[in-house]
Amino acid sequence: MFGRIPIMLFKEFIQLRRDRWMMFRLIVPLIIQMIVFGYAATFTVHHVTTAVLDLDQSQASRGLISHFVATSRFDIVDMARNRRQITSDIVHDRAVVALVIHAGFSRDLENGRGAPLQVIVDGTNSNTALIALGYINQITSQFSAEWAARAIPLQVSVAAPATGIRLEPLPWFNEGLNERWFFIPGVIGTLTLLQVVSLTAFAVVREREVGTLEQIMVSPIRPFEFILGKTVPFFLIGFGDIALVTAFGILWFHVPFIGDPLVMLVGASLFLMAAVGMGLLLSTFSHTQQQAFALNFFLLNPFFILSGFAFPIAAMPRFLQWFTMINPLRYFLVVIRAVFLKGVGVNVLWPQLLALALLAVVMLTVSVLRFSKSLE
Amino acid sequence: MNLRRLLAMAIKEALQVWRDPRSLAVALLMPVMQMAILGYGVSLDIKHVPLCVYNQENSQQSRAVVDRFVSSGWFSVSHVITRYSGIRRAMDRGECIAAIVIPVNFSRTLAATGSAPVQAIFDATDVNTTNIALGYAQGVVAQADADITAQWDAAHDVQPSLVGQVQLDPTVWFNETLDSRYFIIPGVVAVILALVGAQLTSLTISREWERGTMEQLISTPISALEVMLGKLIPYFLIGLFDAAFCLAAAIFWFGVPFRGDLATLFVTTALFNLVVLGIGYLISVRIRSQLGASQIALMVTMLPTTLLSGYTFPIDQMPAPIQALTYIVYPRYYVTILRGIFLKGSGLSDLAGPMIGLSLYAAGIIWLAARAFRKRL
Repeated sequence: MFGRIPIMLFKEFIQLRRDRWMMFRLIVPLIIQMIVFGYAATFTVHHVTTAVLDLDQSQASRGLISHFVATSRFDIVDMARNRRQITSDIVHDRAVVALVIHAGFSRDLENGRGAPLQVIVDGTNSNTALIALGYINQITSQFSAEWAARAIPLQVSVAAPATGIRLEPLPWFNEGLNERWFFIPGVIGTLTLLQVVSLTAFAVVREREVGTLEQIMVSPIRPFEFILGKTVPFFLIGFGDIALVTAFGILWFHVPFIGDPLVMLVGASLFLMAAVGMGLLLSTFSHTQQQAFALNFFLLNPFFILSGFAFPIAAMPRFLQWFTMINPLRYFLVVIRAVFLKGVGVNVLWPQLLALALLAVVMLTVSVLRFSKSLE
Repeated sequence: MNLRRLLAMAIKEALQVWRDPRSLAVALLMPVMQMAILGYGVSLDIKHVPLCVYNQENSQQSRAVVDRFVSSGWFSVSHVITRYSGIRRAMDRGECIAAIVIPVNFSRTLAATGSAPVQAIFDATDVNTTNIALGYAQGVVAQADADITAQWDAAHDVQPSLVGQVQLDPTVWFNETLDSRYFIIPGVVAVILALVGAQLTSLTISREWERGTMEQLISTPISALEVMLGKLIPYFLIGLFDAAFCLAAAIFWFGVPFRGDLATLFVTTALFNLVVLGIGYLISVRIRSQLGASQIALMVTMLPTTLLSGYTFPIDQMPAPIQALTYIVYPRYYVTILRGIFLKGSGLSDLAGPMIGLSLYAAGIIWLAARAFRKRL
């Protein structure tokens, strides 16, 4: 047995090396994707295109507009003359936000009735709209506070003191609310899963389709040995992938890595075993490379979307939350993010690690069983 | 171009699809499954943020603040703790995303100075969720604050003054309830069609090479253009069927408002289908091994369509070089078009930009694909 496995491994590596483009295809796309997706994955809301209709043309209305200009959140793209222009800006995508300051704005501010500011938001992208509305709220309340502070000393009757409660937000683990810190670890896990699963699935199915599987069957090699020989190379490639993109995330994107590398190593090994197991399992369900390919697409996309990479699992309906339980990426993303940003250890991450180990064991066992059957 | 040969090719390819039930099932069932899973999965709106409560004071007033968080519906209390370290533990385990801490002397400070802080701690690992939860928390506290101020005013017999107060009067257009699924699901349709289409055609030529049937094909009098069109026709029909299904599911099942007209939808969908199948075909012609073809197809479709098409991450927020790159990612045009048709009811004239982009793309891809295939061994 110990003589046959190294030979099988040797054969796999020769096969990988024979494909001149293989190394290129393994490394270059990975790095390019890492860079592109690292920069692309963002929900930040900056420079929201804004149209303004100022019907008051007073010092107060100009003051309010300058508060918007002062932040980098809003870019004023159009000073409209009438309502129709505002409507057309929103409908034709020239502006996402429109502010309408009615005539009498400054008078209303002074006589204490409260001055209305009409805001129209293109809600097509609900996330951007929601966050932009929050910023508008902040900007106008700051403007109000400044105005009130200036106005109150002038009033004869002493108005109410600053009463009430205020919120002191304290973001932990990512004080600067830097989104890259959230997405880069996610990109690392996702890229690795995609590559390892598809490589493993194809390697086995190709033997089947090209007809070399029969040759292997007549050799004295046992299913277990065959599978080990098929999986170890991809496990190692996956490790190389993770090391490479993690280094990239730390050095290029400056994501802090405050956890224990050993925990990361354990998590990555279990995750890769599960990924290799998934690839193998897929291969036992396909006879041709086209089928393997279709299955790959079929499963990897949901696994990616339902991993918590961008869409929080807590926001999914219950039955999908159950479905994510069989998704190795889901657990690995928790582990990798926690190790990167929270620096927690096995005492906290054991449920995820256990789940990964279970998934790995189940998928590898099932594929070995299915394989032995097809080889006999 | 010979219509009879073209038809023969199309029939041959259709038969091949038909006789491989597994692939056919995948081509027809995949959109159904994906639509069902992704349509429900792609939501950014956390409705019940798991909240950790650390009420250091436990007075009537502090409990009233906590009650406001609970009754707002935005939060659900997962932990009530009595020590600071409890917050850290719960957050490490991911059992809560937000925690509120009400200090020991909360009501005393409030009575004495008229103002007291409520600390809100967030697990900011997921920045977007943090931003949303922070918005909810600010809303809750602002409401509590307004009520306390009103009580104070009433108790001290002060007329409430709105001097200098700007009152927001927000209106949201096109997606009035700000449901993130309405904006993401049209994008999901584009992504599914891009994935299915590429997987349909990306192996069609390399398969002929690997099975050795290419030699036979070359020895026939068929022209390269006829091979291409013949191979694309059956897949085009499957693609249209898939598109019809996905769009119907988006409208009737997920209830995404559809305000445009069907003709615009049909024209743009057919155009997009052409691009998608053309890309798959091009990959298939250029890369002879199936493994290579599939890897490239996976690389150029799945992650780019998900991350660079603007279906989740807004393109205008990306750095300029990446924005430039998104013009190559063909689903971006279709995502823009679909969103326009669905939510805004845009017609062809509003969609001229992305339509031109998509048309140029289709022409370019078909031209490249037609040139790439040579009847040579």
